[in-house]
Amino acid sequence: MLFYVLRRTGAALATLAAASVVIFVFIHLIPGDPIYVLLGDEATPEQVEALRTRLGLDRSIVTQYFYWVGNVLQGDLGTSIFFQDPVTLIIRDGAETSILLACVTMVWIVLLGVPVGVLAATRHGTWIDQGLSGIAMLLASIPTFWVGLYLILIFAANLGWLPSSGYPSIFEEGGLSNLRYLLLPSLTLAAPNAALILRLTRASMLDVAKEDYVRTARSKGIRPQRVVIRHILRNALLAVVSAFGFTFAALISEAVVTETVFALPGIGRLVVQSILRRDYPVIQGVILVIVCLYLIINLLVDISYRYLDPRVELE
Amino acid sequence: MTRSLRPFFDLFATRPLAMLGLVYLVVIIVAALGANVLVHYPPEQIEPINRLSPPSWEHWFGTDHFGRDTFSRVIYGSRLALLIGVGVVSFALATGVPIGILSALYPRLGRVLMRMVDVMMAFPSLLMALGLIVILGQSVANAILAIGIVYLTTTARITYGVSLRLREETYVEAANSMGASTFWIIRKHVLPNMISPLLVQASFVFAFAQLGAASLDFLGLGAPPEVPSWGNMLAESRIYITRAPWLLFYPGLMIVLTAFSLNLVGDALRDRMDPRFREMLGNRGR
Repeated sequence: MLFYVLRRTGAALATLAAASVVIFVFIHLIPGDPIYVLLGDEATPEQVEALRTRLGLDRSIVTQYFYWVGNVLQGDLGTSIFFQDPVTLIIRDGAETSILLACVTMVWIVLLGVPVGVLAATRHGTWIDQGLSGIAMLLASIPTFWVGLYLILIFAANLGWLPSSGYPSIFEEGGLSNLRYLLLPSLTLAAPNAALILRLTRASMLDVAKEDYVRTARSKGIRPQRVVIRHILRNALLAVVSAFGFTFAALISEAVVTETVFALPGIGRLVVQSILRRDYPVIQGVILVIVCLYLIINLLVDISYRYLDPRVELE
Repeated sequence: MTRSLRPFFDLFATRPLAMLGLVYLVVIIVAALGANVLVHYPPEQIEPINRLSPPSWEHWFGTDHFGRDTFSRVIYGSRLALLIGVGVVSFALATGVPIGILSALYPRLGRVLMRMVDVMMAFPSLLMALGLIVILGQSVANAILAIGIVYLTTTARITYGVSLRLREETYVEAANSMGASTFWIIRKHVLPNMISPLLVQASFVFAFAQLGAASLDFLGLGAPPEVPSWGNMLAESRIYITRAPWLLFYPGLMIVLTAFSLNLVGDALRDRMDPRFREMLGNRGR
């Protein structure tokens, strides 16, 4: 087990290292010189040269890469061109919104996806099952921003029940009631992902229901509900719980669109705005942080999966 | 009806919803091809007097903030939707399939290639597409390329998985021991067995290409603003949602119906597929 953990961690670190090279090279492939973005077009050649030397951009790309990695390892992601603030601080500011949004969304996904998936599986083959599976597929086919815009129109503009955009921190005035700002965004983001979990729960339940031990349990005369909960659901949830991990990681980046629709000050919107502003240090930093998060969650999921079910031979 | 198409039609006869999806897709293809005959107004014709007018007999889906006919733009938008879908699927197949097959046949090369695919998959798909657009520049071709690169990874993985299974098959071993060339084995045994998993993958990728392209358009990083794509129509009409909510309804509905139909068709095909390969295909392109 320890060997397995070490091997997976090593592989994740190797992927992270490769990803950091990809990010760095990609950012350098972007057309346009960041010096001119910083100084504007009217800079004198002396100013340009001075800044180039100061930022280390006159050195070779390999040197620059190791310089960047060295700083990242010390917790320094560079300085934003647009805000003139450290990138780490800017990411920290957006993190509260993004993490809370992802958490609230996960609550919806679990509450909607799992029970409905179980319902569909226990009614396998009936019109209830077919209807629910159809609805799930429909939800997975809807662009989130389209749903978001109509939710704003109905619940914010017409009914006035909920705020349409923005999110004040829960640590500021209003406290936890500020979470209502996240209600519409989280539902928007949850819809396609809950549909995915529903389908997965259903498929996983149906797979487990074919196992011998389920037949044994039934023939022993155990009550059907008990078989479903104790024997089928318990084992089926293994696959579903691991999908929660991937879904959570995916939410952080899928939120790019949702945060833009609802003007939430999160990391996703930060990426889009930084791209439009050509704020390279921020783009580079945010993508690195998200990839890192992605890999950590994948690693934890793999390890816990192996821990929960020793039969699983990954690879 | 030729014999080879028979099981295909039998399948859809038992799945009415998937059949409807198939019919819808045919309608979209016809609309895209015959766009110039089907519409009464050119999609870029501006009528300032008729700005933001609601659906009427003259303008079935209403008009936008320039007084352009939304119906015309929706119909012309189907051309772009098909172009994006076909482009992304072709790119993903043309790159992902060779990578997957070569990786399975030459394990040493495979280790390198599949590690590279792993690294690419560590990037969340939408972020990767956004990043690629920034490097490549904003155009329809680059949107196709960016989304295509995202789905190259999943296509390569699936092809790799299927090829590994096929490599173990007795008939492949037999062909190999009889001295058949690698190229011959790929052409005669590997590719024909791969058609149905790839068809399923293609329909899912086509569906997610629609949603991906719409997201890029909405963020202002997809097709250039003058192109009448469904995503651009939504992005442009966004600020008029309270005054003219119908403007957002039709383009959005088209995206939903297209993606839904493709998912239904893909799902029906998958259920009919060889169970050994079924598990490799998730219901999402990623």
